[in-house]
Amino acid sequence: MKPASFTYHRARDIAGAVRLLAELGEDAKVIAGGQSLVAMMNFRLARPTHLIDLGRLRRDLAYIRLDADGSLRIGSLTTHHEVETAELGPGFQAIREAMRWIGHLPIRTRGTVGGSLAHADATAEWCLLAVLLDAEIVVHGPGGRRVVPAGDLFLGFYTTTLEPAEIIVEVVFPRAARRAALTEFAERHGDFAVVAAAVDLDHGRVALGGVAPAPVRVPEAEAVLAGGRNPEVFAECAEAAAAAIDPPSDGNGDADYRRVLTRTLVTQACEEAMWR
Amino acid sequence: MSWVGTSVARREDPRLLTGRGRFVDDIHLPRMLHAQFVRSTVAHGTVTGVDLSQTLTVPGVVAAFTASDLELGDITAMLDRPPSEFVPTAMPVLARDRVRYVGEPIAIVLAEDPYAVEDGLDAAKVTYEVLPPVVSDEQALAPGAPLVHAAAAANTLVDVSMFATEGIDEVFASAPCVVNVRTKTGRQNALPLETRGAVANWDARDEQLLVQTCTQVPHLVRTVMAECLGLAERNVRVLVPDMGGGFGLKCVVGREEIAVGAAALRLRRPVKWIEDRKDALTASFLAREQRYDVRAAFDADGRILGIDADVVCDMGAYSCYPFTAGIEPLMASAELPGVYRVPAYRVRGRAVTTNKAPTAPYRGVSRPQIVMVVERLFERAARELGLDPIEIRRRNLITEFPYTGVNGVTYDPGSYLESLDLCERVLRDEDWYSVRDSADRVVGIGYSCFSERTGYGSAAFAKRKMAVVPGFDLAEIRMDLSAAVTVTTGTMSHGQSHETTLAQIVADRLGIDLAQVKIHQGDTDRVTYGFGSFASRSATIGGSAVARAATALADRLLHLGAHLLETTHDQVELHRGSVRTNDGRSVSFEEIADVAYLKAHLLPAGAEPGLTARASFDVQGDGTFSNAAHGVVVELDPGTGRVRILRYVCVEDCGVAIHPQVVEGQCRGGIAQGIAGALFEQVTYDAQGEPSCASFIDYKVPTALEIPEVAIHHLETPCAFTESGAKGAGEGGTIGAPATVLNAVNDALRRTGVELDDTPIRPETVQRALQRHGATI
Repeated sequence: MKPASFTYHRARDIAGAVRLLAELGEDAKVIAGGQSLVAMMNFRLARPTHLIDLGRLRRDLAYIRLDADGSLRIGSLTTHHEVETAELGPGFQAIREAMRWIGHLPIRTRGTVGGSLAHADATAEWCLLAVLLDAEIVVHGPGGRRVVPAGDLFLGFYTTTLEPAEIIVEVVFPRAARRAALTEFAERHGDFAVVAAAVDLDHGRVALGGVAPAPVRVPEAEAVLAGGRNPEVFAECAEAAAAAIDPPSDGNGDADYRRVLTRTLVTQACEEAMWR
Repeated sequence: MSWVGTSVARREDPRLLTGRGRFVDDIHLPRMLHAQFVRSTVAHGTVTGVDLSQTLTVPGVVAAFTASDLELGDITAMLDRPPSEFVPTAMPVLARDRVRYVGEPIAIVLAEDPYAVEDGLDAAKVTYEVLPPVVSDEQALAPGAPLVHAAAAANTLVDVSMFATEGIDEVFASAPCVVNVRTKTGRQNALPLETRGAVANWDARDEQLLVQTCTQVPHLVRTVMAECLGLAERNVRVLVPDMGGGFGLKCVVGREEIAVGAAALRLRRPVKWIEDRKDALTASFLAREQRYDVRAAFDADGRILGIDADVVCDMGAYSCYPFTAGIEPLMASAELPGVYRVPAYRVRGRAVTTNKAPTAPYRGVSRPQIVMVVERLFERAARELGLDPIEIRRRNLITEFPYTGVNGVTYDPGSYLESLDLCERVLRDEDWYSVRDSADRVVGIGYSCFSERTGYGSAAFAKRKMAVVPGFDLAEIRMDLSAAVTVTTGTMSHGQSHETTLAQIVADRLGIDLAQVKIHQGDTDRVTYGFGSFASRSATIGGSAVARAATALADRLLHLGAHLLETTHDQVELHRGSVRTNDGRSVSFEEIADVAYLKAHLLPAGAEPGLTARASFDVQGDGTFSNAAHGVVVELDPGTGRVRILRYVCVEDCGVAIHPQVVEGQCRGGIAQGIAGALFEQVTYDAQGEPSCASFIDYKVPTALEIPEVAIHHLETPCAFTESGAKGAGEGGTIGAPATVLNAVNDALRRTGVELDDTPIRPETVQRALQRHGATI
C-alpha cells in the first residue's frame, strides 16, 4: 500500500496548472485534498506519473461567497469542513447540513468541493447537491473559462464531461433553496451512501445518488411533488421515485432494497425540508 | 491497603498516552531492509514458474528469495490423535509448488525502502496452472470435491465425536418438545489495530538472531523460528515491544516472521516487515466461520433433556501453529452445554479445509457461536412451550457447585442465576419492557447467560490432545540493592495492562509501593519458557506464578530479616518495605539487600547470596469459569432495516477483579467485537476464491458511533485456586454479545414469524423480514 513513484509539481496559479496539465497529458493528475486519489494511489489502482498539487492555489480558490444576486459561490479548493462551519443563511442551510454525511471529520478537513465534483462518485453529496440545485460548475481550461451546468457534468461511474486539461475552479448555486434537504443510508457512520436522496421543495426537485452510475433527478417523483406539500404527497413522491429507478445490485444491497431505501429516504428528505 | 481490587493509574499510560510507546514499526536499525511478499493471486493452483529476474533489476531492490532459495522447514501443527480424527497440514514458510489461497506468500522481496519493495513485487512474475478452488464448507464436504490437501480425504482435517450419551436417540424420540437451530457465522478478522510485523537481525557477538515482533507467544515464535531455520533455540531471541492488540490473531506463529528471520540471517542485514492493511484483511489469519446444526429436547416444564450437535468449522487452507485446525471444533464440542444442566449430549465436530486464508483463534474461540446456538435453543423452546425466556433459563442453570457436566468438565463456583436475575432486574427497573411493548415501534429485548472457561492448564489442554501443551507459566523475581523489584513473566500483554495488574499482585505480596515493581515481559532470554497470553490465562496462570514468586521472595526477606534481627522467622512480618519484629525493631529491605549482595559473609549459614526467586504455576483439573449475563434492547427501523442498540447491560463475574477498570475495558472492547460479529463484519469469497475485503470500505468494522455505551455491573465469586482469586476476563464480552443481540433482534421480529439465526445480520435482511410481514407489525 505504497504508491508507485511520481513527479511532484506545485502549481503557482491556475493558468500554470492548466498549462502543465495540457503539456503532461493523461499521465498527469491534479491533487487537491487527496482524499480519494491518494487511497487509490496507495492501492496502485491509480498510477499517475505526475501530480500537480493545487494546494498553493487555496489563497485564490478557497472561499464561500453569498453574492448580491442571491447566488452562493464556492471556490473549488474550499474544504467540506469550511462549508460545514460557514454561515450560509437559511437559503443554503441544506448544503451546510449535508456536509455531515461526507466521510469523517478528518476527511472533511482535507477533502475539497472541486475534488469531490471532479471525482464524480455516484453517491457523493456534492454531486447530488449540484444536480438537485442546478449548480453551475466553472472550469478553467487551455481555452479559458467556461460554465458547465451540473446536469451536463456527470457521464457515469467516475466520469465527467470535463476535458483532460480542465480544472474546476468554482461551483455556483444560483438561487436559494430554503426548503431543501439531503439524507442518506449507510451501514456505518461515514460510509459511502448505499442510497442518498435530496429534495428541494421550493423548486420541486428530487435527486438520488447510489441508484445509477451518476446522480440523477427523478422527473416522475418531481411531477408528484408539484401536487402539494403534505405527508400524502411526500409518500406518493417517494413511491414514484422508487418505481422510476432501475438501481444496481451489489454487496451493499440488491435493487429491491435500494428501492425500499429510496422510498424511506425521499420521504425523510421531504419531511426534513418541510420543517426548515 | 491492598493494591489488588483498586483501579490504580496504569503503569503503561504515561508512555502510551504521550506517544512514547515503542511498537514494531517504531524500530529503525542501521542498514535495515524492508520486506514484503509476492503473494498468490489464485485461490488454488500449481505454481509453474516464479520469475524474479525483473524484480532484482528494480532500483532499490536488494534481494528476493523463493522457497527453494531459503530451504526452510515447514510449520506443522500437531494433535496426538489418530489419522481418523486428525490430518496434519505442513504449512511451508513460502509456498513451493502449490498455492492454496489468494494471498499465500510465494517469495520475499527485500529493498532499501518500503516503496521500492512494492515496485519489486509489481515486477515479479508468477505463473500458475489454476485448479478448481474449494470456497465453502458445503463444497468442501460434497462428494467428488477437489482436494485442498491430498492427504485430507473429503477436505476434512479434524473429525472428532467427543461425546455420545447412551440412549440419546430415545431421549429425543420421546421428548415432548424438540427444537433445532441451524446457523452459520461469518468469516471475520480479529483486526488488531496494529497489523502483524517483525524486525530481525543477526547479532554476531551474541550469536543470536534477534527477532522483534508483535506476538502473543514469544517463546513459541522462538521454537518455530529455531526449528524452521535449523538453529538451536539459544541462537534465537524473540523480543516483543509494545503491542496494539492481538485478539488471538497473534497467538499463532505466522510464516512471514519466519521468512523475515531467514532473510536477515542470509543477508546479515536487519530486515523489517510491516504487514499493510490490505494484506492484514486478505492474507493474514481469519476466524469464526462455522456452521451448526443442533437440536435440543425439553420436557413439558422446559427442562432440557439433551443436545445433539453437528459442528463444521471452515478453517481455510492450513492448520495454525500450535493449536491446529482442531481448536475450533474441539472447543465447541467440549464446551457447548455451557451453563446449563444438560443430561444427555452428543456432538460431532469437524474442521474442513478450503482455499481461503487460514484461521487462527479469535477472542472467544467457538464460544461466541456455541453460546449463540444454546441461547437460541432456549428461546425457541420457551416459545414452543409458552414459557418466559428468562424463566426457562432459570429452570436449567447450574446452581450447585462444583458441578460436573455431561461434557466431563467440572465447573467451579459462579453466579449464573444471580447474574441473569440482576441483568433482568436492571432492564425492568429502567422500564425497557414498556418501550418494547409500544405499538408504533419495533423493539426487542434479548439476553444471554454464559460462562467462560479461563486458565486452561496443562491438564485441560492435554485432554484436547494437543502436541504442544501450553499450560504452565513461569515467573522470576529479583530485588536489587535499592529494594526495587523486577519481575519477569512468560505471559505477554498485547494491551491488557499486565504491567499494572501483575505489579499489583506483587506489590501486595511484598507490602511495597506499586511504583517499586517493574514487570518485564516478552523477552525469551529473560524467561526460560512461557506460553504468552491467550485464552484468558494471564491473570489466572501468569498472575498466580508471579504471586508465588513474590511469596517466595517475601519468605526469603523474612528469613534474612529475622536473622539480621537475631530472631526467628515466626517472630517477624513484612511492614512497609521492611521486616519488623513484634517489639518494633526492624530492618529495611535495602539493608537486607545490602547484606544479600555486598556482605554475604553476614548471611545465615547455608543461605544463597542475592534476593531472587522463581516460581511456576499450572492449573490442575478443568480451570476456572468466569460468567456473565448480558441484556440488550434493540430497535429495528422498518424503512431501512437498521438495528439500533438502545441499551446494553453486562453483569459480569470474574472472581476478584485485580483492577476493576481494566476488567470493564475488557468487557466493553469484547462487547464491541461481539456486536461487530453479530451485525457488521464479514469476509466473503467469490466462486473463484477471491476475498471481498481489501479495505475498511468493504470490511465493515463498526466505529465508535455504532457501538453503544455499556452499563457494567460486577458480581464476585472468587476462584479458589488462583493465587489472587481472579478468573480470566479477556473474552466474555465477545462471547456473550452475539447471542444477546441475535436474541433481541429476533424478539423484535416476534410478530413477523421470521427468525434470523445467521450472522452477521445485515440491514437488508432485517428490512426484508419486516417488509414481508409488514401487515402484522
